[in-house]
Amino acid sequence: MYRIASKKQLNPTVTQMEIEAPLVANKAKPGQFIILRVNEEGERIPLTVAGVDKARGTVKIIFQIVGATTELLNHKNEGECIQDFVGPLGVPTHTDGIKKVCIVGGGVGCAIAMPVAQAFHEQGAEVTSIIGFRNKDLLILENEFRACSDRLIVMTDDGSYARHGNVTVPLKELLEAGETFDLIITIGPLIMMKFVTLTAKPFGVPVTVSMNPIMIDGTGMCGGCRLTLIRDGRRITRFACVDGPDFNGYEVDFDEAMSRGRMYFDFERHAHETACNLLKGANS
Amino acid sequence: MALNPKKHEMPTQAPEVRAHNFQEVALGYTAEIAVEEANRCLNCKNRPCVTGCPVNVNIPDFITKIKSGDFEGAYQIINETSSLPAVCGRVCPQETQCESKCSMGVKFEPVGIGRLERFVADWHNANATEKAAAPASNGHRVAIVGSGPSGLTCAGDLAKKGYQVSVFEALHTAGGVLVYGIPEFRLPKRIVAKEVETLRDLGVDVQTNVVIGKTLTIDELFEMGYEAVFIGSGAGLPNFMNIPGESLKGVYSANEFLTRSNLMKAYLENPVTPIMKGGYVAVVGGGNVAMDAARTALRLGAEHVYIVYRRSMDELPARREEVEHAMEEGIDFRLLNNPVEILGYSNPDDPRDPKNGFVTGMRCIKMELGEPDAKGRRRPVPIPGSEFTLDVDTVIMAIGTSPNPLIKDTTAGLEVNSHGGIVVTEDGLTSRENVYAGGDAVTGAATVISAMGAGKIAAKAIDEALSAK
Repeated sequence: MYRIASKKQLNPTVTQMEIEAPLVANKAKPGQFIILRVNEEGERIPLTVAGVDKARGTVKIIFQIVGATTELLNHKNEGECIQDFVGPLGVPTHTDGIKKVCIVGGGVGCAIAMPVAQAFHEQGAEVTSIIGFRNKDLLILENEFRACSDRLIVMTDDGSYARHGNVTVPLKELLEAGETFDLIITIGPLIMMKFVTLTAKPFGVPVTVSMNPIMIDGTGMCGGCRLTLIRDGRRITRFACVDGPDFNGYEVDFDEAMSRGRMYFDFERHAHETACNLLKGANS
Repeated sequence: MALNPKKHEMPTQAPEVRAHNFQEVALGYTAEIAVEEANRCLNCKNRPCVTGCPVNVNIPDFITKIKSGDFEGAYQIINETSSLPAVCGRVCPQETQCESKCSMGVKFEPVGIGRLERFVADWHNANATEKAAAPASNGHRVAIVGSGPSGLTCAGDLAKKGYQVSVFEALHTAGGVLVYGIPEFRLPKRIVAKEVETLRDLGVDVQTNVVIGKTLTIDELFEMGYEAVFIGSGAGLPNFMNIPGESLKGVYSANEFLTRSNLMKAYLENPVTPIMKGGYVAVVGGGNVAMDAARTALRLGAEHVYIVYRRSMDELPARREEVEHAMEEGIDFRLLNNPVEILGYSNPDDPRDPKNGFVTGMRCIKMELGEPDAKGRRRPVPIPGSEFTLDVDTVIMAIGTSPNPLIKDTTAGLEVNSHGGIVVTEDGLTSRENVYAGGDAVTGAATVISAMGAGKIAAKAIDEALSAK
């Protein structure tokens, strides 16, 4: 069992927890993920590591309440335990040799982008961060990003805070103004990562995307997390759990990944509704 | 007394009943049948059956105990050499091992050794009250990577000799393929749990949620004070055919399909982990895993299940009993057929149509057997122009696995072969000092019992190496 050392609501649908898992905390690097189960009958879900505290042996996770399992997890409180917590899984984000980087985060993806930005900042790279949210209420980690970015641009889809528009707008402006980056790293919804890649393409800047497909074991056994890369005109299969989660954005077949991500859409919506009803009943 | 030429039939659930539930297909011998079957054993002098067993169970001796009604005595004899008798009695391919060597088999059907082994193990589990006791520690510590058949066997053998053994399992439940792969109706999970419990009674420390190669490395295990390591991490990433359409929704690897059903319990009512149920299902492949996937799909409510295999029944590698059971249950074997493309739904007028991207069918081509290949198996050759479409909603690829890279990539000096399998000596020793390996991580996908045999050999070698210190 793994104790919840702290819990904090970052916005109405996003929660941050620190979980006591010393072996994982000792190893985890930016870009890697963990898999957890809330209880004995629970499903396994992958979540990217949002930070570690080696001294306390804790791993920070930040999750959006999108389904039955995250709903259940969000009902756990500080001091309570979750059943399983395994990691760190996947390959850490490559940061070597990068001097000037642009981090583009969207929504809860910013939780994963933030430790990556921090890692670049700590190694002395010049960091530009562009973070986008649907609206002001959903904004998270603004101060944390400010602390590790040489330049921070905040966007909201509806204009309720900071600049109005998508993250691709300022990215395009910067690139058109002649700004150069060694690398763009984008983490967020698939559709956003697809368009960040398309925006960068005419300028020839390398783009790394962080994929988060459906996954079960996370250790290279089930193959559920497979995605297709298009390399030199050939379609090749890769596994996000052991080959990723970071991939070259120009190679990823985003449309296929988006389609696969919706495989259990009906099941998940129903399960989430059931979980909400159950938990409401438990609280009343 | 006249000899019965046939082995006593295994009582089973009727095919039309079992096709709709996940309870065990084979029900096991009663004590009366077991004694009668044991009496078929000639107790011949040269004991050929023992040489057919990868872990050399003293078969005639345990059968003699059954004849006299001493079932616990029979169990103790099996237990001397096998750590998992209730498992082996169910999943070993006895027809190619012990029973293939049986003297009775020369003229008649061989003795039902597997069925007797299962009876004895089940009798023990139901009736024995004494727990296994941990022997006095010899002070040596050994780490085992993976809690599948090879790891559990190696752990059991070493624990019985007084070693302090820790088993590291990546998943949340111990048992490896016995838990995630082999379905409940063939190997009930309570039996695996019981075997793991017995190991715990022997003092084995089983730690779940530790991925060696990620959470800890092999080198760190030595730093932690373990003097030897056994790698039994199993087979790895599922293979696909590299044909168009394999990323459509409704295409699974057998590993994923079985893991969802077995480990994550998607077969229960109102599961928390989803799985596609019902409709028409094609399973590609002819091994035990393909049979398990096909029969699981049927029990999940499929209307019709095909096995699509590119060779003929003679080459089909699955355990005979599973093939017979699958046929009785109505699995439709499409032999000498090979998939060339998986077809999906696409609505040209509505990119948001929720049906877009789901499987609608599988294009196959008919095959004929040509010249024998290097292994002597006749190579299947496509018949030009013979393509046809099977209408299916789900496709399950059961065509083997490739080794997992996690340990190789994080262990300097660990030699692997061109297929990625870990290279070992006869004793299971790898190219690294005090690091041993066995099972699918070495051989690629094989059987439970051969993995157990490898775990046993390594345990012996580890004991010899450490006790000489």
